[in-house]
Amino acid sequence: MSEKIVVRDFNLYYGEKQALIDNNLIIERNKVTALIGPSGCGKSTFLRSINRMNDLIPGVRTSGTIEIDGQNIYGEEQDLVLLRKNVGMVFQQPNPFPLSIYDNIAYGPRIHGFNDKKKLDEIVETTLKQANLWEEVKDRLHTSALGLSGGQQQRLVIARVLAVQPDVILMDEPASALDPIATERLEELIDYLKKSYTIVIVTHNMQQAARVSDMTAFYLNGEIIEYTETNLLFTNPSDQRTEDYISGRFG
Amino acid sequence: MEAKENRERTDSLSESLKKPLPKILRAERRGRVLTYVSSWVLILILFSLIMFITSKGSSTFLDGEVQLANFFSTTWNPGEYQFGALSFILGSLIVSVCAALVSAPLGIGAAIFMTEIAPNWGRKILQPATEILVGIPSVVYGFIGLSVIVPFIRENVGGLGFGLLAGIIVLSIMILPTIVSVSVDTLQAVPNHIRQGSIALGATRWQTISRLLIRTSLPGLMTGVVLGMARAFGEALAVQMVIGNAPNLPFQLLEPMSTLTSVITLNMGNTVQGSAYQDVLWSMALVLLLMTLLFIVLIRWMTKRSDLSS
Repeated sequence: MSEKIVVRDFNLYYGEKQALIDNNLIIERNKVTALIGPSGCGKSTFLRSINRMNDLIPGVRTSGTIEIDGQNIYGEEQDLVLLRKNVGMVFQQPNPFPLSIYDNIAYGPRIHGFNDKKKLDEIVETTLKQANLWEEVKDRLHTSALGLSGGQQQRLVIARVLAVQPDVILMDEPASALDPIATERLEELIDYLKKSYTIVIVTHNMQQAARVSDMTAFYLNGEIIEYTETNLLFTNPSDQRTEDYISGRFG
Repeated sequence: MEAKENRERTDSLSESLKKPLPKILRAERRGRVLTYVSSWVLILILFSLIMFITSKGSSTFLDGEVQLANFFSTTWNPGEYQFGALSFILGSLIVSVCAALVSAPLGIGAAIFMTEIAPNWGRKILQPATEILVGIPSVVYGFIGLSVIVPFIRENVGGLGFGLLAGIIVLSIMILPTIVSVSVDTLQAVPNHIRQGSIALGATRWQTISRLLIRTSLPGLMTGVVLGMARAFGEALAVQMVIGNAPNLPFQLLEPMSTLTSVITLNMGNTVQGSAYQDVLWSMALVLLLMTLLFIVLIRWMTKRSDLSS
């Protein structure tokens, strides 16, 4: 067991409004960490802080540190391109680019200066296999990615993330637009991926958090109320508010 | 008592819901007649226009007044029955293609600035600016061209000032807003999560723009350019004021030349009805119409392709 991401006294403000309050969290390597909590509690905001996608929103300020492998990503010398290459992100809505399946996967390696055709072919095949999509699309790699189903698109996006060889993958409610069967396949994929990657997943679905994650953090109004092993959090929560939430009394 | 009243009310309501009131039916019919009539009037006007120009324009050749070979030659001397319009056709084409080539990078660049780089103040300043550019009447563009651009070229580049170069400059300014506004619409139609997906992979903003946004919105951007070209092709007044109006082939930047539109506007009033000279002008109008039709087909084809990709 080792520390991958260490969050210390992290605060985030949208203008005057404070969205994250004194977050402290240690995310472990090769584990799936779930963030749960009611809408607007800050879990997605926190997720987007880990690859600094919040920087794109005007008026965002932060304090405190988030360290990945010991390096503060909010430090002055942090290279955002490198950070986002190392910390991949899967969004709520599947967002394949309006390009071919092949070009979707090759996009990441290409922007990082990788143009060897043979190598790219190899990357496309291995990542699609990793994402459990290869068999379904191998005969139509050069057709538009928009022709895929929602579940296939989401797995394509995961393959696209894998193609730039990250070591952390952030997932923002990745199954919320998928049907139950596609969701199941996605969860199997997450389980497989955690062998090689550290995964942080935001979910609205508590059963999903219970199924896929090793650790769970419960967010409420920008604060981390409770953070512990998933089994423990769902069977024996130590905070009354956690219990109220997981038993469906609010949220 | 109250219950009974209630029941009566619901009874009368359900009665009236069973069959629509005659008043509603009449309004329905009136609305339908109105829209049918307007659309048929529109179609009728359009068709009679096309028929008129086609019959006028083709009768020149059908009557044997002027040979097709004569029309598509480069010798223009109406007094001697030499009606070669090829210089004008080429003139129209070259001046509009060149204007579009000048305008396209400028317009697309400005659109990228407005949507991707500085959406806030870029839009606040550039949006009204392009709208004003659209609103300026073409005679004003021509006048500015005549009194500023033509003398500038004469003094700094050479020649008379009137000619292809002046025409390209004036037209490229005129079609800039068309290209900008179509490009802005196209780029804004690209969903935000596409941009975010690219940034989250570690792409810089410029990589996202050049490798993803331009590529995915290329059909839309090209539509803007072709629309601009079509506008330049049909513009008469401003072009006629700066182009020099000499029947030369349009291959010299600084030589005076002519376009289809400038020849038609200059000579329409001076020709005798039914004369071969006037019929030739009609034939030029027909060529203009056909070329414009070609532009429209091109635009249709491009937008259809962009629909498929998004």
